[in-house]
Amino acid sequence: MLDAILSYEFLQNAFASGLIIGVIAPLLGVFIVVRRLSLIADALSHVTLAGIAGSLYLSQSVGALALLNPLYLGIASSVMGSMLIERLRSVYKHYEELAIPIILSAGIGFGAIFISLAEGFSSDLFGYLFGTVSAVSRQDLYIVAGIAVIVLAFIRIFFKELFVLSFDDEYARASGLPAKWIHFLFMIVTALVISGSMRIVGILLVSSLMTIPVATAMRVAKSFKQTIWLSILFGEISVLTGLVAAFYFDLAPGGTIVVTSIAILLVILAYRKISLSKKRGAAA
Amino acid sequence: MAAPLINIKEVSYEYEQTKALDRISMKVEEGDFLAILGPNGSGKSTLLKIMLGLIRPSEGSVELFGIDSKQFKHREWIGYVSQKSNSFNSAFPATVQEVVAGGLAKKAGLFHKLPKNTAQQVEESLDAVGMKAFKNRSISELSGGQQQRVFIARALVAKPKVLILDEPTVGIDVQNVQAFYDMLAALNRERNITLVLVTHDVDTVTDRISHVACLNQTIHFHGFKDQLHMMSDEKREAWYGHSVRKIHHTEGSHTHA
Repeated sequence: MLDAILSYEFLQNAFASGLIIGVIAPLLGVFIVVRRLSLIADALSHVTLAGIAGSLYLSQSVGALALLNPLYLGIASSVMGSMLIERLRSVYKHYEELAIPIILSAGIGFGAIFISLAEGFSSDLFGYLFGTVSAVSRQDLYIVAGIAVIVLAFIRIFFKELFVLSFDDEYARASGLPAKWIHFLFMIVTALVISGSMRIVGILLVSSLMTIPVATAMRVAKSFKQTIWLSILFGEISVLTGLVAAFYFDLAPGGTIVVTSIAILLVILAYRKISLSKKRGAAA
Repeated sequence: MAAPLINIKEVSYEYEQTKALDRISMKVEEGDFLAILGPNGSGKSTLLKIMLGLIRPSEGSVELFGIDSKQFKHREWIGYVSQKSNSFNSAFPATVQEVVAGGLAKKAGLFHKLPKNTAQQVEESLDAVGMKAFKNRSISELSGGQQQRVFIARALVAKPKVLILDEPTVGIDVQNVQAFYDMLAALNRERNITLVLVTHDVDTVTDRISHVACLNQTIHFHGFKDQLHMMSDEKREAWYGHSVRKIHHTEGSHTHA
């Protein structure tokens, strides 16, 4: 496997992107899960689909855009989607969750129109939906690396504010933290991570890489920082195992990554159940 | 003479065309232990939220430490403990220590890390509320009363001059409510922290406070607690309706809702 990675540039791109995504998706995912925003990640990934499908259509119909990387329009639509969600949440103050189905269905709606205009699925689009090992370009890797720099800087700079905001939103505002702005930036960074992760995991499965490793970590972690480190560890194991399996068995990496992360979750749940029943047995 | 820590001037607040507060004026001086009392829907929590700058009054203004609240920058001088059930995510995966350290976020400032002696400051605050032994426990494992103590420690860690508490004993079992108010009284007495509290625990809190404000859309009484018995029956009825009765004890009188 190592020989193959060293020999083929596409594998280097896929594994390097995978390693980066394995860190940033669960890292941001911890905040998404504890802030109960998991469904927003799903909505944004579907908006990204509209951008990707739109870009693939434009590259077919407008000659000058034939070489445009679909990630750019994917990122733009995802960021725009995050802003629209915030706008809708403020319009429907008493029904904030309405923003999610509205944006999610808008994303699928536009995506379906662009796919129809482009006369159906291409192999490119299949790769964006379920991830790919073979089609990750060096340019894709650079985009993912750039997004990772933004995410890591954002979390490093605003970690304490994000922690307080995630734990107790009202307290954060009462203590004078710029909660509104930090939340706005958080949404934009989430949109970036989703669009950056989809090359490997796929649009339809990207939110699972942000939530399943976190759900697993929460079962065993003793503190918030431990939750973060364990989420990244489980995320990395899922991505690497999933990519290797996808390469050897010629499968979509999104599927293998998500199935691996679910397998880890099941192992941890079983481990917790056994250790709890042992404790109860010892206490009785 | 020093400016009042909180000066509420002719504040009104309307919520969906219903008047929640009507021309409230009130001052909180340094060292006060003020309980804001009133029936459900009387605007108690709204008044606290206006003091904290969480909502803006429809009319009137609030001064904090002599500065208009819109221009007031030292939010870390004001600690806040909300109604437990309203606010925090009870399944949050964090230790007591991490939660209390969050109280230093504003004081440390944007773009700055928490100070190096954070662990020591957190321990001191937990010690003040009798929770030092729980510092490594998960916040979700604690009882309601223990969680509220941790939230007071979180407010105390930034060394505030005023502590504002919104019905802090909701969810705490009856046996621990007494001890909880004793702890607040000790903070007021020994650390000279000014306390503003919204509560329904009239009987329990009366022995410990210095001042009372009786609120029901407007202020019906504000002054030393010993003067409360001087409130006329008409005013008392206007404040709380018919369910309030004055019980005369040998050492004084208390108002029961």
